[in-house]
Amino acid sequence: MKLISAIIKPFKLEEVRTALTDLGLQGMTVTEVKGYGRQKGHTEIYRGAEYAVSFLPKIKIEVVVADGEVDKAVEAISSTAKTGQIGDGKIFIIPVEHSVRIRTGETDDDAL
Amino acid sequence: MMFGRFTRLGVSGLAGGLALATLALPALAAGPVPNKGDTAFMMIATVLVLLMTIPGLALFYGGLVRSKNMLSVLMQVFAITSMVCIVWVVYGYSMAFTGGGSLNQWVGGLDKLFLRGVTAESTGATFSNGVVMYEYVFICFQMTFACITPALIVGAFAERIRFGALMLFVLLWVTFIYFPMAHMVWYWAGPDAVGDAAKKVLAATTPEAKAAAEAALAAVQSDAGMLYQWGALDFAGGTVVHINAGIAGLVGALIIGPRVGFRREQMAPHSMTLTMVGAALLWVGWFGFNAGSNLEANGTTALAMINTFVATAAAALAWMLAEWMEKGKPSLLGLVSGAVAGLVAVTPAAGFAGPMGSIVLGLVAGVICFLFCTGIKNAAGYDDSLDVFGVHCIGGIVGAIGTGILVAPYLGGTGLVDYAAKPGEAVAAAYVMSTQVTAQAKAVIFTLALSGIGSAILFKIVDLIVGLRPTEQQEREGLDITTHGERAYNS
Repeated sequence: MKLISAIIKPFKLEEVRTALTDLGLQGMTVTEVKGYGRQKGHTEIYRGAEYAVSFLPKIKIEVVVADGEVDKAVEAISSTAKTGQIGDGKIFIIPVEHSVRIRTGETDDDAL
Repeated sequence: MMFGRFTRLGVSGLAGGLALATLALPALAAGPVPNKGDTAFMMIATVLVLLMTIPGLALFYGGLVRSKNMLSVLMQVFAITSMVCIVWVVYGYSMAFTGGGSLNQWVGGLDKLFLRGVTAESTGATFSNGVVMYEYVFICFQMTFACITPALIVGAFAERIRFGALMLFVLLWVTFIYFPMAHMVWYWAGPDAVGDAAKKVLAATTPEAKAAAEAALAAVQSDAGMLYQWGALDFAGGTVVHINAGIAGLVGALIIGPRVGFRREQMAPHSMTLTMVGAALLWVGWFGFNAGSNLEANGTTALAMINTFVATAAAALAWMLAEWMEKGKPSLLGLVSGAVAGLVAVTPAAGFAGPMGSIVLGLVAGVICFLFCTGIKNAAGYDDSLDVFGVHCIGGIVGAIGTGILVAPYLGGTGLVDYAAKPGEAVAAAYVMSTQVTAQAKAVIFTLALSGIGSAILFKIVDLIVGLRPTEQQEREGLDITTHGERAYNS
């Protein structure tokens, strides 16, 4: 099992969700996050006062998939979240040791 | 706006109850009776001015602070409004709108302490001969002005003042600065008093009687506040409300000092949405403020209304366009700040300028206030958190001087009126632009000096007694939790 953690542009969330659902993935966790990479921040001006805003709003998607589905899922995310502009985000893949579905007690791949 | 001396109708047999008194009124024929339409209009105008303050001003300011201080701003505006309502009926109204004896040019007296002698039948003058209004309505209308003026000041040192210190300051400020200013600008004998005295001059047959009547007329005409006697025009409170509050705010911001982290930390507004809602409520309520200042519902009231539309719209667009050209983007905050600047500028001019003059006034005010708030303020380096000085004082000065120019009949203005030349009627008086602008400038300088110096003294006194500033720890944590034990938002 792998945890796929993808940081994407907020307006891309719906497209990415649809693509992952089409692959047959059953769920995901989404968090509103802030951060920056190469895009850096931007400047906001309120009357005369200028503020450099370093942290931009992003969406973090977390989804755990069976090892055999990782490549398809990553491909689905990277193709749908891509605009070609700086700030499209990043995808991280992390090994997962164990999982449990709380309601039934099923474990590992059965719990996904 | 000016207001005449109120007199009781002198219904001595009132003990019989309201029905009897109503029946008795026509027989007494003591004077004109207020028109019901005027009365209803003025009551609505009064609550519109309250709407400007709560929630209008509270939201406009609240949206501009950081979320940790949102509740403190809402609290300050509401508490000031509540306190000044009480102070106004206890002694404020008397200090502003009664004769002050030997001090009459500066301040009123204490004849109407606790509204002594005012009844449901009491009436007073408007700006038209033979038109009167109920005194209770006037008291309430003027009460809302007394409430909003000190509430305007809190924007200058928002996010960094102790609540108790602010309330004490406001109590002292309305007592020693606002009530006298209102008296000096707005207290006068009223058109009927002037007309009646002028009639006696015309009716006098012997030289002695004529001399006596002329002396009596002079006495009536000098029964007015000092700035009124200077001939300064202020329809709805450019000097009394906006310049007065704006300079007090600047002085407060300088004495209290900048916010912790000023210019080093993020201090971006926490909700442009609420600021827009607040600004929109200010605009709506301002019709009560400006049109209501005519004290009756007539053509001049309509003039004040249209001016309050177009000057505001022009100033909003002017600020937005200036910012668009200068900074590259048109901002919502710029648009609504311009609208407020336009409202401030048109306040003294509302019943005097023509609509086209008001558009020019709005354009000028929008650009000047933009330049002030974005350029000059930054260069000067003081921390007027929400630009009370840059919008209210600078906009107020533009409006006060502009009123002196735009009242000119050849610029579409109403011209000046004379209540004595043809007793019983308001006729056109001679207008000389230089004379009028000089009178306006004198009023501006006087207000800046009185409120600037007076506020500095009061801030220092309050600082000595209770201390103006919270601790740095409290300020960093936010005034909502540390002062009020609440948060504006819990999610």
